[in-house]
Amino acid sequence: MSTIVTLPDQSTARLPKVSYLNQEYGLKSWLLTGDHKRIAMLYLISITFFFFIGGAMAALIRMELLTPPSDLLAADTYNKVFTAHGIIMVFFFLVPSVPATIGNFVIPIMVGAKDLAFPKINLLSWYLYIAAGTMMISVLAFGGVDTGWTFTTPLSTHYLNTHVVTAGLAVFVAGFSSIFTGLNFIVTIHRMRAPGMTWFRLPLFVWSHYAASILMVLGTPVLAITLTLVVLERTIGIGVFDPTKGGDPLLFQHLFWFYSHPAVYIMILPGMGVISEVISTFSRKRVFGYTAVAFSSVAIAVFGFFVWAHHMFIMGISNYSALVFSLLTMLVAVPSAIKIFNWSATLYKGSITFETPMLYAFGFIGLFTIGGLTGVFLGSMGMDIHLTETYFIVAHFHFVMVGGMLMAYLSGIHFWWPKMTGRMYPEGVSKLAAVITFVGFVLTFFPQFILGYLGMPRRYAAYPPEFQVLNVFSSAGASVLGVGYMLPLLYLTWSLKYGKIAGPNPWQATGLEWQIQSPPLTENFVETPIVTHEAYDYEWLESQKPSEVPTVG
Amino acid sequence: MHFISPVLWQFLIKWLTYFAIFPPEASNIAPYADALYFFLVAISVVGLGIVALLVVTFSIRYRRDVHPVATQIEGSTLLEATWTIIPLILFMISFVWGALLYFRVYSPPPNAMNIYVVGKQWMWKVEHPGGQHEINALHIPINKPIQITLISQDVFHSFSIPAFRVKREAIPGRYNTEWFEATVPGTYHIFCTQYCGTLHSQMIGEVTAMTAEDYEAWAAESTSGQSLAQNGERLFASLGCNSCHNSGPNAHGPNLAGIYGAHLQLKNGQFVTVDDAFLRDTILNPTMHEVAGYAPIMPTYQGQVSEEGLIDLVEYIRQLNSQYRIEQTIDNSAAQPIQTGAAPPETSAPALPPGTVKP
Repeated sequence: MSTIVTLPDQSTARLPKVSYLNQEYGLKSWLLTGDHKRIAMLYLISITFFFFIGGAMAALIRMELLTPPSDLLAADTYNKVFTAHGIIMVFFFLVPSVPATIGNFVIPIMVGAKDLAFPKINLLSWYLYIAAGTMMISVLAFGGVDTGWTFTTPLSTHYLNTHVVTAGLAVFVAGFSSIFTGLNFIVTIHRMRAPGMTWFRLPLFVWSHYAASILMVLGTPVLAITLTLVVLERTIGIGVFDPTKGGDPLLFQHLFWFYSHPAVYIMILPGMGVISEVISTFSRKRVFGYTAVAFSSVAIAVFGFFVWAHHMFIMGISNYSALVFSLLTMLVAVPSAIKIFNWSATLYKGSITFETPMLYAFGFIGLFTIGGLTGVFLGSMGMDIHLTETYFIVAHFHFVMVGGMLMAYLSGIHFWWPKMTGRMYPEGVSKLAAVITFVGFVLTFFPQFILGYLGMPRRYAAYPPEFQVLNVFSSAGASVLGVGYMLPLLYLTWSLKYGKIAGPNPWQATGLEWQIQSPPLTENFVETPIVTHEAYDYEWLESQKPSEVPTVG
Repeated sequence: MHFISPVLWQFLIKWLTYFAIFPPEASNIAPYADALYFFLVAISVVGLGIVALLVVTFSIRYRRDVHPVATQIEGSTLLEATWTIIPLILFMISFVWGALLYFRVYSPPPNAMNIYVVGKQWMWKVEHPGGQHEINALHIPINKPIQITLISQDVFHSFSIPAFRVKREAIPGRYNTEWFEATVPGTYHIFCTQYCGTLHSQMIGEVTAMTAEDYEAWAAESTSGQSLAQNGERLFASLGCNSCHNSGPNAHGPNLAGIYGAHLQLKNGQFVTVDDAFLRDTILNPTMHEVAGYAPIMPTYQGQVSEEGLIDLVEYIRQLNSQYRIEQTIDNSAAQPIQTGAAPPETSAPALPPGTVKP
């Protein structure tokens, strides 16, 4: 029951003559493609663009908060900046990040299919994303919007004169892009698995995407309805949320969080999938408790739908309904704890190496554990009274979304970069970037927990002077974090031309995507694979060694 | 260091003077909240410690150099059960503890002193029953339970006093309550913590907790001379409420004497308890709760009475415990008529009583 896996000699690896990248040339061949891999690359470029716009907004926020008065930015500008940061990062980066790029690229290959079930809908989803993104950029260009990413009524419907309608419609359209991606994944995973690829032979990355897709398909329409109502309330005053017309502003909170709480699981579950793949690959060991990890994803998706009102504990919902939502919130924390322990146990008796994706994955485990445990603070109703709407909650969701999800995304990008491009990223500088990101992250967001317990409210352009020291720490950390995010942009771009040739399976990983050439053919497989082994079967991989990976040309 | 860099020196002095890492514990709620907080911090430190220990130990012991051959392990049901059940128990403890604290903060004791707070863009208007009005400030006596009844007249706000560990959302169209008992005299921050538009970060104030004697002195000095109930009485008369709610034999509206706290039967057969929210709703939207036995003829006062005016009316009706008080109101309004429908609207505008909204 043991395996010795050695990395292949990369000096002899050659780029395949034919791949999805050079099958066709020209802008048109990209913009009209149905190939999931090309669409993934289109998504990768677009979400990177939005990530850096959102990042620039974050830089402005942290610079403003360096000093107590609102001196760098006026209050209105500050409000527009944090709104843009929130909307862009949530709807234009985090939601599509792993699923639309990495998921789009590898899920069909992992299940042994030639493409997703609906290639044209997949392309449409990218075009919707671009349309939504263009609307959002136009909002910024014409003066911005200052609702906060939560579009809280009646502020958004009656009291602001900024571009609320355009921003709301941008998020509405982006939502459909996400629904189409989820729909495609569900159908593909159900119907297009290769012969022998049973549900319990699927990599955990596929399981977590399946769970996230269900949330996307069931949750996002509620967001669409909510934003439609906000737009109608604002334009023709239908009064659903207006108490003077018999409406209820709390209804908006219910509807919004009915999507937006599952949305955090839409964001984090695909990241958890990445971590399962990376931890297994770099400890050369099957994931400990495969079924527990797979079902914990499904449990998160199911429970995730029934906890939304924990965002409303202080808003005047009935004390007894708060009780139920708090209880369910505690239950949804358990599957995350199960995953963390299973990943840790996967390392036991492994043969561990510390390539860049693994370093990011370790960062994920540490930061996500803190993010998850501080979620228990907020789920505990009495504690939530003091902590909600302060920097504590800002720190909490940044630990989960940035410390968790963004670390997982970067881990995944480095992990599959050789498969996507056929070339390796530079190992030394990328390890440095991983460490810089981790240090910068902790320095940025850890002081915010302390600020939150002190009571510093979120979304403040100016704050009392006793909060300055911790804010200076946070801003200093943000500049380190900025360096950590710029580095991958530079060296990954560099590696497109100058990176070492990767070869088909540089990590000796077991997934089907690693058994084909890098970069893959447009149709992925030369012949339909027949799956006879379970996921993470390193003995099977050992037995495959002598056979050559089929390449064309 | 001051001879190396005076600027840096100034900075350090300023920072060390202002540096805070833990908020003051100034209410009876705070010690309970902090105890729960330290429990949760302890769970987190232990949980993170275990995960870190596992990851670091395994990374060292099973790194490729010393452990070149991975041993494949399927999993372990026993271990899965362990790390399902132990976190579950800890989370359940946090749930129960948190729920106890929550019910404590949001269930005001019956003897609490009630203070109304109205949020608007971008200030807090505080209305004491004795007729003290404050803006962005709140004076309270220590060692006395204080109930805050909150409402917003425009967007969502949130009334937060970190030193007391209490917070509650101020929502348009509904009263929310919270309570606390200040224990240490001093001044503490009031923050609006729900994003409410341009000057959200200016919507701050100070709560001043004072000893009972100091509070008495302050209250006597700061009163406007008219209690909320007295304002409400004038408003009641000027809006013509007493033309129907006059408790006479042919009155069109229910008798309001002693109605606060009573159980009323509605037309649909349900029973309601008359509280602040019920009174507010029936003034603004009389058809929302139709009381059995009366025709729904009351007009809406939506847009005619400000939030402060509604509070005055509610306070008045709350204290309207006898028939005699109603008759007194009617007499008073007859003796010193405040212009209602009689005077032309142009001239009545400057003479509008406080609490009404200018047309």
